[in-house]
Amino acid sequence: MSLRSDLDIIQNWVNPNSQVLDLGCGQGDLLSFLKEQKQCKTYGLEINEDSIVSCVEKGINVIEHDLNDGLQHFNDASVDTVIMTQALQAVNRPDALLEDMLRVGKEAIITFPNFGYWRTRWFLLRKGRMPMSKTLPYNWYDTPNIHMCTFHDFEKLCREKGLTILERTVVDNDHQESLAIRLWPNLLGEIAIYRVTR
Amino acid sequence: MPQSIPADSVGIITPQVATFDEPLKLRSGKTLQSYQLVYESYGTLNSDKSNAILICHALSGDHHAAGFHSLDDKKPGWWDACIGPGKVIDTNKFFVLCLNNLGGCHGSTGPTTLNPDTQKPYGSDFPMVRVRDWVESQARLADNLGIEKFAAVIGGSLGGMQALRWSIQYPERLHHAVVIASAPKLSAQNIAFNEVARNAIIKDPEFHDGHFLAKGVIPKTGLIQARMLAHLTYLSDDGLGEKFGRTMKNQEVNYNYAPEFQIESYLHYQGEKFSTTFDANTYLLMTKALDYFDPAQYTDHDLTQCLSVAQCKFLVVSFTTDWRFSPERSEEIVDALVAADKDVSYARIESEKGHDAFLLPIPRYIKLFGAYMTRITQELNL
Repeated sequence: MSLRSDLDIIQNWVNPNSQVLDLGCGQGDLLSFLKEQKQCKTYGLEINEDSIVSCVEKGINVIEHDLNDGLQHFNDASVDTVIMTQALQAVNRPDALLEDMLRVGKEAIITFPNFGYWRTRWFLLRKGRMPMSKTLPYNWYDTPNIHMCTFHDFEKLCREKGLTILERTVVDNDHQESLAIRLWPNLLGEIAIYRVTR
Repeated sequence: MPQSIPADSVGIITPQVATFDEPLKLRSGKTLQSYQLVYESYGTLNSDKSNAILICHALSGDHHAAGFHSLDDKKPGWWDACIGPGKVIDTNKFFVLCLNNLGGCHGSTGPTTLNPDTQKPYGSDFPMVRVRDWVESQARLADNLGIEKFAAVIGGSLGGMQALRWSIQYPERLHHAVVIASAPKLSAQNIAFNEVARNAIIKDPEFHDGHFLAKGVIPKTGLIQARMLAHLTYLSDDGLGEKFGRTMKNQEVNYNYAPEFQIESYLHYQGEKFSTTFDANTYLLMTKALDYFDPAQYTDHDLTQCLSVAQCKFLVVSFTTDWRFSPERSEEIVDALVAADKDVSYARIESEKGHDAFLLPIPRYIKLFGAYMTRITQELNL
């Protein structure tokens, strides 16, 4: 079973036999991998009807839930790892959700697109219009990505909340790392994968 | 009358009767010395008896869940939309069992049965039964049929409560529980609706303290009132608006109190129909079973602890406009199951059909439910 490369990075950060909550679990590919290969106890939250059916078909625990309603349904410290891939920028209050993730889980793994990526900056500078790209394919008026941030912004938020960044991997749109990205992540990286704890 | 039996129907079904001579001690403290359960089954029980599904009926349901009793039937069983060859609960794969609950009025021992002590109908002397008593009697029927463990116990509304109860009463006897449009206990508002319905029946002059059958009458007016009220709570404002709006039977208003709006006629029709097929004492008894249901009362009102004994996997489903058993009530079950580390999936289905949605072939509901049932066949190699 092969995973999308960003999910492969994430699964490496999850301990076998641990409890995992995936916010916006999609079709359950990551959870399915963690359940079968790492014997994790998993729950996924999802709002898309077809994705929910896909999870049910795979035998993945999936709960229909809008992330904007928070995680009040989950008890404090009830799971080991809370994962959220490419959804932070789409919720109403990313800061509150980040807090909630680390209330429910001991660790959080978060991925989001970098608004500080050089092409994004160049698009805005050259055209004077809200950037669009392969990673950000929407118009400003219909985008679900309502809280775009840069890696610097996210790390500042973590510092303000007293959160510790345990690991960070920055990749391009094909989820590949490179020396240049490692040198200038906020300029050359398109997607970051963070592992944070309180 | 069906012109012919549809290809995805279980066809013409003959109900069966199982008789039990072992006394059944009820939660109320009373004992039924003997009783009978009427049931139907669809599909074939496989050789290792691993493909059995138990369907638990709701308040006004019965054992006739699918198919037809004869070609003269106007309608198939109450859950025909979901049970049949190739349907969500696929009778090509599963052996599906549905029985009329104890205290019912469609063939199982209940208030309309002759009391062996008096040779008159039990009437209100029939002991009150609770959800756990139903589960106990269902388990005995399973014993009779040699079914040690159900692939799934499935129910909507009061039927969902039975499925939930199964998971804690006989945790080792089911692989899956499907709990649809249900709740871990009734709210004050729900109990209040039941009480208004009961009051309408009990205050009917023809009720005679529940011994109306012995007098050859029925509390028809009370039953109609009870059903009109209850039926209304199973539908949503939007659903009623779409179906009836303010449409009137005639163009001119009459300035009297006979039904004029279509919704009025509809409710009267539903009440009238119900009053001719349902026993008032059964109605009282079933609503009381609903009111009393609260399995967490035995674990200091901690539902998580209550469900911690469960061994099965769960599917929980709710419907957005169901205000009688709202999505929030289903989510209480889901939250408790998650907190208890149980396997659970949950969907909140968009529908304007209110509580009744659980009986209807809503595409998204059917797709999700079907995916879950297919998953069960894969897990159990059926």
